[in-house]
This record gives sequence, C-alpha cells and structure tokens, in this order.
Amino acid sequence: MIQIKNLHKKFGRLTVLDGLDLEIDKGGVFAILGPNGSGKTTLIKCLLGMVIPNKGSIFIDNQSILKKWNYRNNLNYLPQIANFPTNLSVKELINMVKNLRPKKANEKELIGLFGLKPFLNKKLRNLSGGTKQKVNLVLTFMFDSELIILDEPTTGLDPIALIHLKKQIQKEKENGKTILITTHIMSVVDEIADEIVFLLDGKIYFKGSVDALKKQTKQNNLEHAIAELMM
Amino acid sequence: MLKILKYSIFDLLRSRWSYVYFFFYLSLGFVLLFLNSDINKAIITLMNIIIVLTPLIGTIFGVMYYYNSKEFTELLLAQPIKRSKIFMGQYLGIALSLTLSLFIGLGIPFVFYGLFKSAAIFDFSLLILVGIFLNFIFVALAYNIALSTENKIKGFGYAILMWLFLAVIYDGFFMISLILFNAYPLDKFSLVATMFNPIDLSRILILLKLDISALLGYTGAVFKDFFGTAIGFIFSILILFLWVFIPVLRMKFKLKMKDF
Repeated sequence: MIQIKNLHKKFGRLTVLDGLDLEIDKGGVFAILGPNGSGKTTLIKCLLGMVIPNKGSIFIDNQSILKKWNYRNNLNYLPQIANFPTNLSVKELINMVKNLRPKKANEKELIGLFGLKPFLNKKLRNLSGGTKQKVNLVLTFMFDSELIILDEPTTGLDPIALIHLKKQIQKEKENGKTILITTHIMSVVDEIADEIVFLLDGKIYFKGSVDALKKQTKQNNLEHAIAELMM
Repeated sequence: MLKILKYSIFDLLRSRWSYVYFFFYLSLGFVLLFLNSDINKAIITLMNIIIVLTPLIGTIFGVMYYYNSKEFTELLLAQPIKRSKIFMGQYLGIALSLTLSLFIGLGIPFVFYGLFKSAAIFDFSLLILVGIFLNFIFVALAYNIALSTENKIKGFGYAILMWLFLAVIYDGFFMISLILFNAYPLDKFSLVATMFNPIDLSRILILLKLDISALLGYTGAVFKDFFGTAIGFIFSILILFLWVFIPVLRMKFKLKMKDF
C-alpha cells in the first residue's frame, strides 16, 4: 500500500528523517512509535503532503504522491492538536468538511457513538479539550477511506470514549483498512496494533509484530521492550 | 477554491471587526458629507484617510487571519484540495470582505447625499477603485510576510513595519532626495519613485483627477501630463495590477516549498 524510499528531511540544521525506508502492506493496524522528536509526525506529514521532503520518494498504491493532492481523497487524517475555527458550531464544521470532500459520510452514527448530540449547536470555542478531540475523531472516521492516519488519537479522551475509539479502529481493520497510529500509550498499542514501526534518529529501527519485538528484546512487557529499544 | 473563499468570507462576516470597520466608514462618510456639505472636499478628506487606513487594516487583517486560522488551515491541508487553492481562497476571502465593508460603508452615505445626481460620481468611483486595489495589495503583502514568518509576533512586527515604510517612511526618503538633488531635473525621478509605492501612486492618481494639481507646481504639471492622460491612467492601473500580481505570484511560489 505504502512504499517510502530513502526519505530525507531537514529543518534548518536539524535532520529529522535520514534516509528512511518503509513498506506498509494493505490492511492492519501499524503503530508508529519512537521517542519524542524522532520524526513520527514529520513522517506522517510527508505522507499527507504537508511537509515536503528534501529527497526520496513516497508511493501509495504504486503512485507517487509528491506534489499531488488527489490521493488525499482516499485518506483520513486525525491531527495531533484539535484546533478549529472558534466561531463555528460543531454541526457547521462537520457540514463544512463534508462539503469539501466529494464523498459519502456517515457522521450520524459516530456522533451517537461519541455522545456529541448535545454539543452539535455549541460553538467550538466553548468545548472542552476532550470534546474537541471527539469532534476531531468524528471528522476523521466519517469518511470511508482505504488509509487512516491517527496522530495521538487518545489525547484527552475519557475511558468510555477510549473504548469506543478502540472498537472503531477494530471495526475499520476488519473492513480491510490500513491504519497508521502514533501514540505514547503502550496499552493501546498492545491491544490493537498488528505491527510496530519503531523510529529512531530518522530511520526505521525496528519493524515487526509485537511478539517479535518482545522476543528480540527478551522482555514480556511491551513498555519495557520499547524502553529497551531506546537504550 | 470557491468553497474556501465562501467559508472565509462567512467566517469574516461573523467577526465583530468587519462590522467595526464597516460602521467606521459609514459614520465617516456621513460626518464628512454633512459637515463639509461639499462633495469634492469630502472626497479629498476621504482620500487622505483611505490611502493610509485601508493599507493598515488590510495588513492587520491579513496577518491576523493567517495566524488565527493556522490550525484550521492544517486541517484543510489534509483534505483533497490543492494547496494553492486553500490560500488563494483565504486571500480572496479577506480582500473581498474588506472591500465589501469599504464599498457599502462609504456607498450608503454618498447615495443618501445624492451621488448619482452629482458630477462627483467619477471621483468617487476612482476613490473606491483605489481603495479596492489597496485592499488586495496589502492583504497580499501581509500574507507573504505571514507565510515567510513562523513566529506570530515577528510576523506582526514585520507587517506593521512594511505598512509604516510604505505609508510614511518612503515619503520621507522621497522628500529628502528631492531636497538633496534639487539642482537636477527631478520630474522623471519622482514619476518613477511614485510607481514603486502603491500608496503614493494611488494618492497621485486621485489628486490629479481632482483638479488641484495646479497646487503642485512644475512637477505637478509633469505629473498631470503623464497621469492626466488616458495612457497615463491606464499605465498606473496596470502598475497597481502588478502590485497585486507580484505578491500573489510570490505566495504561490513560497507555498510550493513550505512545510506545515
């Protein structure tokens, strides 16, 4: 599904991605992990075309995506920080995003799932951080796309919403979607990820299943296994 | 692009500041017309205000809108929309909503005063036209500055400096050079120097139409010879177009390489 070859990105003097190669097959949940500042978000933003790499190539479904924009119609993205125009209501925002994409959306089900009905007519500036994140999740999951990218989806969510989120991810996976997820919550990774992609110093340091990682690092606990990788 | 344009206009039409701006022009128009009771004098006073104020408001609105909608722009960037269309839509949205405030705010008092029956309608139209150009020019310049400056405070600072330079400092240099080199023929120089500042160009364009160029002496005569003719007029409008076109072009160029 995704092929990334020799990807380089520098911000000024800081090298963030340093010849990264990565191949991701269709279907399944891939957790992108790594210490703070290891380039997870930069990698995701390269995939989205928001950050323009200095060198290298990215293919999605065998088509180069650099400088293209059409491919984003088949991609859902959840940004790390949910900040929306403050003077719109939740309903208006959802309608606006729907209007921007020539695609069917099933927002009703998701609004019910995350309990957002009482907030639909509220202005976004009056919402709490967790509620904003729920709106963010609705905007991400309401379209039917092959590739779903989630950047820290668990931020600010209460336990119930977190359970719903995990179920939603599971559901999308069963439908054969490819899901990339970055998070620092290892229990989430342990529960839902099929494969782990570990980034360090702008390169892929480890790629494989959770079990393979535990075996390689001789640790039973995923958190410790990841910590072992970082050391 | 039209969708983004529509949303930024709606977004701005909901903001308090668009109305403050609109009511400012509305009350200014009424006060000037009914205190002056002379439409020509009112137009000259208005010109002096428009020429300094529209660029300032355009600059501030442009920078403010860019930085305030940054996160939302990032959300848009992840949608299947071309990058340049997002920013062009926003740019046109700001410029158009400011133009709307100017046009309606000044239009209402003038229509009440009986503009359509007066000969001043041409001068008034020229004034509005220049105001529209200044809106588009300065919002584009502000967007350029904001796109090139990550830091919000710095971006604001540069934008205000840019306005201050074109509205005030440029004229200072212009004057000093005229005084320093007054032994040389300076009419060509002044003509060219005027072109390099959209505010000066707009001012001259209006002044010469108002038949007060005689006050400007010999240079005024040269200016009148140039700007007063149809060719000069068209040429100046063309230069104003360039002042919109070049910043917009740079915006597009800058966007191709920018990381968000």
